[in-house]
Amino acid sequence: MLRYNIFLAARGIRRHPILSALMAVAVALGIAMFMSIFTISQSMSKNPLPQKNDFLYRVQLDAGDPNRPGDDPENRPHQLTYMDALALMREGWALRQSAMFGISAIIRPEGAEVPFEVFGRAAYSDFFSMFDAPFKYGGPWSDPADENRERVVVLAASINDQLFGGEDSVGEHITLKEELFRVVGVLEEWNLLPRVYDYEWSPTEDTFIPFTTAAEMEFDRRGSTNCWQSIPGQGHQAFLASECIWIQFWVELSDPSERTSYLSFLDSYANQQKELGRFQRPLDNAMHTIDEWSKYIRAVDEGIVVTIIIALLFLIVCLINSIGLLLAKFLSRNSELAVHRAMGASRVQLFTRFLVESACIGFTGGLLGLVFAWLGLMGIRVLFRGESVVAHVTQLDFSLAVGTILLAIAASLAASLYPAWRGSRGTPASLLRDAK
Amino acid sequence: MLEMSGVAKRYRTATVETRALEGVNLSVLEGEFVAIVGPSGSGKTTFLNVAGLLESFDEGTYELDGDDVSKLNDSKRSRLRNQKIGFIFQNFNLIPDLSVFDNIDVPLRYRRFPARERKDRIQNALDRVGLLGRIHHLPGQLSGGQQQRVAIARALVGEPRLLLADEPTGNLDSKTAEGVFDLLLELHSSGSTILMVTHEDSLASHTTRSIHIRDGFFESE
Repeated sequence: MLRYNIFLAARGIRRHPILSALMAVAVALGIAMFMSIFTISQSMSKNPLPQKNDFLYRVQLDAGDPNRPGDDPENRPHQLTYMDALALMREGWALRQSAMFGISAIIRPEGAEVPFEVFGRAAYSDFFSMFDAPFKYGGPWSDPADENRERVVVLAASINDQLFGGEDSVGEHITLKEELFRVVGVLEEWNLLPRVYDYEWSPTEDTFIPFTTAAEMEFDRRGSTNCWQSIPGQGHQAFLASECIWIQFWVELSDPSERTSYLSFLDSYANQQKELGRFQRPLDNAMHTIDEWSKYIRAVDEGIVVTIIIALLFLIVCLINSIGLLLAKFLSRNSELAVHRAMGASRVQLFTRFLVESACIGFTGGLLGLVFAWLGLMGIRVLFRGESVVAHVTQLDFSLAVGTILLAIAASLAASLYPAWRGSRGTPASLLRDAK
Repeated sequence: MLEMSGVAKRYRTATVETRALEGVNLSVLEGEFVAIVGPSGSGKTTFLNVAGLLESFDEGTYELDGDDVSKLNDSKRSRLRNQKIGFIFQNFNLIPDLSVFDNIDVPLRYRRFPARERKDRIQNALDRVGLLGRIHHLPGQLSGGQQQRVAIARALVGEPRLLLADEPTGNLDSKTAEGVFDLLLELHSSGSTILMVTHEDSLASHTTRSIHIRDGFFESE
């Protein structure tokens, strides 16, 4: 019967091509707008490391100003002081851990006359395996390199292409801050968006160097620094010894069940610090998975939620238009319906037939909506040409494409319920009378 | 085959009640060709709608081929209509954008016959009405008489127990009407049970039995 209903649906669509096309376009426009916005919001809230979600944790220690609220509703600083980060690294409680901060530096390629600025990240060697950084050549530096503040560097693929033409550069040297750094590894293209370790909507950095080396060489810091207490003294060492909060800290646990134990360890550390006169606020340390951290810092802007609601309302308006079009379409064919009823079609069969016809229109609208959505997303890309983040969040993947079509069919079915009921409720005799 | 006793049908609006049928008693035996004759507005079509399960009735009892139809829901009435009744309408009621084949296929589709059987039945039905050569034509490409023959083929194709004809020659010129009526007589002679409503006494005279209807009442046999 389904095949016959599809056959009749195709006839019905051909009988009223303009009404059918109008409905498909109405559905397509509503679906396209909704799916474009939804695609962007989905991409923005997507965890790029789902396999690590239960193992990686962002650490918060409440070493903030006891007299002022912090930078989140729970008053807890997002970052750590240098002293605390070093202390946690020394303890080495977790399977892997890395304190880190963003840096910028002037790079002077060998033989080149013009230096240029690169962005980098100072971290520990565990960083690469914690965040699944893919290596093309070489690998991370060793643990002793962290301890010994060695001048070693891991290059991103793009900077390796720029400096070494994409060749294996392991063992080569580059100059950073006027010192030679030995290349120990080169990354593959690494699309970690959002960049979860500092939750920036930017590509991963060009260079990675040991945290200890960056601290010793006083690399320029990138990112926020919150100094709620005046720095006791002058110079870089005084800054490192201060209560300034500027280090991101992540740990990887071997099992999610260790989370409570690690939190106890953090509380224990904080209590020790309280005895030393630090951590003057009530005990309030925390750990967040990547998903939790994204919600905690409200990575997806509230504005996008409002936009989704507006897109949804637009879709509803389109569907209301479709209801009108369907009513006109279904109620205009009494003579045909009369024949089907007289020949044995029940109300339920006519109702089903109308739904099948609407689903066919919805399917067409979904395909059209997919094209519109793709055009819309391409339009956004053109507007923000060169922004790799925009290119990332405007990707329409397979599941969303299937979702678009299913949503279009579901929306069309919803819009057709009332017209289908109206169209199928007459008695055969009344339909025959109306048809005359 | 068909047993009606005290059947009444009324149409109601907020202010008016119209008695379309009153106290209809009728018994039709298998193989009969019964004509219901009456002028316009006498209730002929209402009677045919009730007899054809196209409309419910308000009073009385109605048994079709042993089934009490008064208590059936829409699905069961539709199934009974599909399996036991064939309709021939005055204005043919063919679906204009379906081919002759697809028009005749409509009742078979609701019977869920396999494709091969549907095709055979459609070809046989068209052969009986002499239009096998027009199987792929659209109704608009046929004359009025040919369209009514297609409608008769559609009524026959499911081999129903009862054929209901509503002024089957009313929209045809006299020569074509004669041909169509001859076809009905031929069907009757081959065993079909036919109930026909008409305002033409001349047609009724060729049937096995005729009943006059006036203002919703059956007057005489």
